[in-house]
Amino acid sequence: MNYPANADQLGLCLCHGCGQACDLSSSAHICTRCGAAIHRRKANAIARGWAFLLAALVFYIPANLLPVMHTEMLGSGSESTIGGGVLEFWEAGAWDIALIIFIASVGVPAIKFFSLGLLLFTVQHRSTWACRQRSQLYRLVELIGYWSMLDVMVVALVAALVQLRGLGTIEPRVGILFFGLVVVLTMLSAMSFDPRLIWDSHANEGRPH
Amino acid sequence: MTQPQDLIICEYCDTVYQRAPLLKHQRALCQRCGGVLYRHTSLTIEQRLALSVTGGILLVFANAYPVMTIGMQGLTHSATLWDAVQILSHGSITFIALVMALSIIFAPVLQIALLCWVLSFALAGQRAPGFALCMRGLESLRPWSMLEVCLLGAMVAVIKLAGLLDVIPGIGLLALAALSMLIIHIAGKDIRDLWVQV
Repeated sequence: MNYPANADQLGLCLCHGCGQACDLSSSAHICTRCGAAIHRRKANAIARGWAFLLAALVFYIPANLLPVMHTEMLGSGSESTIGGGVLEFWEAGAWDIALIIFIASVGVPAIKFFSLGLLLFTVQHRSTWACRQRSQLYRLVELIGYWSMLDVMVVALVAALVQLRGLGTIEPRVGILFFGLVVVLTMLSAMSFDPRLIWDSHANEGRPH
Repeated sequence: MTQPQDLIICEYCDTVYQRAPLLKHQRALCQRCGGVLYRHTSLTIEQRLALSVTGGILLVFANAYPVMTIGMQGLTHSATLWDAVQILSHGSITFIALVMALSIIFAPVLQIALLCWVLSFALAGQRAPGFALCMRGLESLRPWSMLEVCLLGAMVAVIKLAGLLDVIPGIGLLALAALSMLIIHIAGKDIRDLWVQV
């Protein structure tokens, strides 16, 4: 199947600041319309992508092991982790809420780790396999990326609310810091990855390098 | 020779297309990778400015009024968005308070302020001072604005606490719900059309 021309072959480049098609043959690599620096491909996309992703993976361990909340109710205190929170809802019969929290705190990060790892690995090996599907996978990662912040929001709101002196207080604990860092780092990893790289090995096929 | 404004490059696979006018509710998809190239913009500058001003008012309500109030044995306590940020700022986890403040307060405030600034000049057919900077700011703020996540978080919090205490949703929650939907509508990728319009 024949597709329209590649911007790279025409000497054009997309400006990420304003979406204009810029002429790369003009002297400075700066968008004439918005003044943003333009790059043929994002700089060090693969190295940066891996770095952020691995950092996120490392932080994901304390995020799940350390408590995210400390509850003090009528004199008795307890600490809860993210997994514990899901189980609590599940056992109380609120399976729908348990499912929402499970998807946001375990499902979404797992999908992101797997997808970004797969994208980075295949691009690194110049794979021409399932380009269209990998492109869609990237858009999925972009779309679901920030929904994992849900847990951080819930803990912050619950802790801000339950401040009843003498009856009960809830305080955030260090686990939530690591969890937030995981979300921010995976978002940065997805942002530094360049989805155009997926198609580059496709375009270079049969062409001398 | 086609003008650069007539060309559109797919951000996901670098394929070049010529821009074609779209009808209502239509969107242009990339043939090669299936990504969305651009959508039909149904909002005029006047409408978008009006919605931005509405957003500004909702923003005041969302931040000034408590999102929720809880009650137990006669004691009550309410929390605003800022309280939720502040509770995270104690101790060693301060960094996450910064992320939280950016995603639910600063990013939406800046988005609305920049939109109002840029659009009020655009209404008179002028480019606002610092137009390029404002437009790029709007572009980079978009992924960090997470009001819709906060809305879902507030709903989960209601259910989480409802079994233990009395929970009363506040004006802030209603404003938050309206504002999160509004921002998705007015601060999307189609604001790039302003580059051609003014």
